[in-house]
Amino acid sequence: MTGDTPDASGPPGAHAGGARLETVDARLGYDARVVSAGISARVREGSFTVIVGPNACGKSTLLRALSRLLEPASGAVLLDGRDIFRQPPKVVAREVGLLPQASTAPDGIVVADLVARGRYPHQGLFRSSGAEDRAAVAEALEVVGLADLAARPVAELSGGQRQRAFVAMALAQRTPVLLLDEPTTFLDIAHQVELLDLFARLHREGTTIAAVLHDLNQAARYATDLVVMKAGAIVATGAPADVLTEELVHDVFGLACVVVPDPITGGPLVVPR
Amino acid sequence: MPDDAGRDDAVNAGTASVALARPAFPMRERMRPVAATTLLALLCGVAAVVALGIGDLPLSPAEVVRAAFATDGGFATTVVLEWRLPRVAVALAFGAALAVSGALFQSLTANPLGSPDVIGFATGSYTGALIAITVAGASFAGTAAGALIGGLGTALAVYLLAYRRGVQGFRLIVVGIGVTAMLSSVNTWLLLRSDTEVAMEASIWGAGSLALVDGAQALPALVGLVLLVPVIVLLARPLRQLELGDDAARAHGVRVEPARLAVVAGGVALIALVTAVAGPIAFVALAAPQIAKRLTRSAGVPLLASAPTGALLLLGADLVAQHVLPTPVPVGVVTVVGGGAYLLALLVHEARRRL
Repeated sequence: MTGDTPDASGPPGAHAGGARLETVDARLGYDARVVSAGISARVREGSFTVIVGPNACGKSTLLRALSRLLEPASGAVLLDGRDIFRQPPKVVAREVGLLPQASTAPDGIVVADLVARGRYPHQGLFRSSGAEDRAAVAEALEVVGLADLAARPVAELSGGQRQRAFVAMALAQRTPVLLLDEPTTFLDIAHQVELLDLFARLHREGTTIAAVLHDLNQAARYATDLVVMKAGAIVATGAPADVLTEELVHDVFGLACVVVPDPITGGPLVVPR
Repeated sequence: MPDDAGRDDAVNAGTASVALARPAFPMRERMRPVAATTLLALLCGVAAVVALGIGDLPLSPAEVVRAAFATDGGFATTVVLEWRLPRVAVALAFGAALAVSGALFQSLTANPLGSPDVIGFATGSYTGALIAITVAGASFAGTAAGALIGGLGTALAVYLLAYRRGVQGFRLIVVGIGVTAMLSSVNTWLLLRSDTEVAMEASIWGAGSLALVDGAQALPALVGLVLLVPVIVLLARPLRQLELGDDAARAHGVRVEPARLAVVAGGVALIALVTAVAGPIAFVALAAPQIAKRLTRSAGVPLLASAPTGALLLLGADLVAQHVLPTPVPVGVVTVVGGGAYLLALLVHEARRRL
């Protein structure tokens, strides 16, 4: 997807492998409650970055900062080296998409109309719905496999289909960077794998992805880069095979385990003792 | 997006989108909101012609049209254009304004009960008007100003009381209901401590009536409403995004809190202009958007279709108030009775759905 997208905001630093999106010593929290005192996390261009950590470690908060939902009290969040909070929101929204943890579908909306709302950052007052918008919506529906259900009310979809409709809305935004906040929550195992395979495919096609995942083994299988967090700080980053060790899982999650090779991928597989 | 999906898919993607455009969006379903809105607008026209013919000098629709376009300035023309038209036009415009105001708030709060009269605006303007009438002894202009200040003040107070790292719909409604209850008792107290005649006058204003409205008084409000139209048009698109939840709206590039504040301000301005002139006319803002939603089967609360629906409701209610009942009553009484029945039905329906 990146291939034909002109990189408009491209000061040096946006080269392949460099940080596409990063927090720089960001102080994150809500009102008086500080979650991360000063966190520096990077999402490399072309990576599938997965943030993991125990409950309440601040991984969703970090993703909220990366997706412009939470402004740091100090420090910065940079997209290609430029502060995302100092740019027009629509400009950032053409570069960075988000699948939020919870979205609402308006009463009675049909799938295609929901997906079309993802086109908002590309539309203006006098440019409402053009051929490009229709093509983006049709493509997003194809990718998630909902093309046949385009005219179906979202309320009539199953949980898995519903989540895929929201994924399609994010895809219709056609951003080179896609952030996912626990995208597989509430889905059964088959739908989780189906959705993660879809993200893996998008990643292969050039989308830079950063996700918060709960399941360590899923993270290990799909991530190119792992960011391990504990108590608001990053304890380890790198490729899953380098990062996921028995000591780390014990230190971070307090879980005694063995790490064995995944019989399918050969990557690390965490098995609790 | 060609890659592992294969080249065939890449070729198909083009045809798929073309094919999709047809069977997936049946024209009839696509056109329904447009058709329903157009039909409602036409009905407004028909209702207006009928309304212009009703009165001590009954005129057939044909006679109304002839009188309206006659150049000789006959008696029928005077009756239609000078006596009856202002009230009909005001009923249509105010009904539309109330309905759009309700649609803005209901969409914002994602709740069919989130209309400005439920969240304290109407009661607040009545408080303002009561203070103007009973304490300052104000005339029409003073009452209108009092209502405006009271309503805007209440809206601001509710917004600020409900503000906690942004305003969330449900909190707005609950705070609004609380403020409404407090102001209602203030209103009762203001009425009780004033002279009977003044209290009577104030009560009539408080019922919401179009009978006291003449063209000269209504004109500033009508001009104000027309000026608000482009503002509402600008708000429509961000509002559709807010329906997806704050996170999705923000991810799509909406400045969420400014957008929400603008929607509140637009909705309040609409109802403020109406209330200042006609008094609090209840329930049109509550009922019209939900009726329009069912007629158009649209996603979310329809802004555009709400306008003709509200216009029809208020004009109809005003005709009932003037001509159907044995003695004319303020239109607000009719809308309260009709709206009360509607609200009851809505609550019962919602309760059943939850169970």
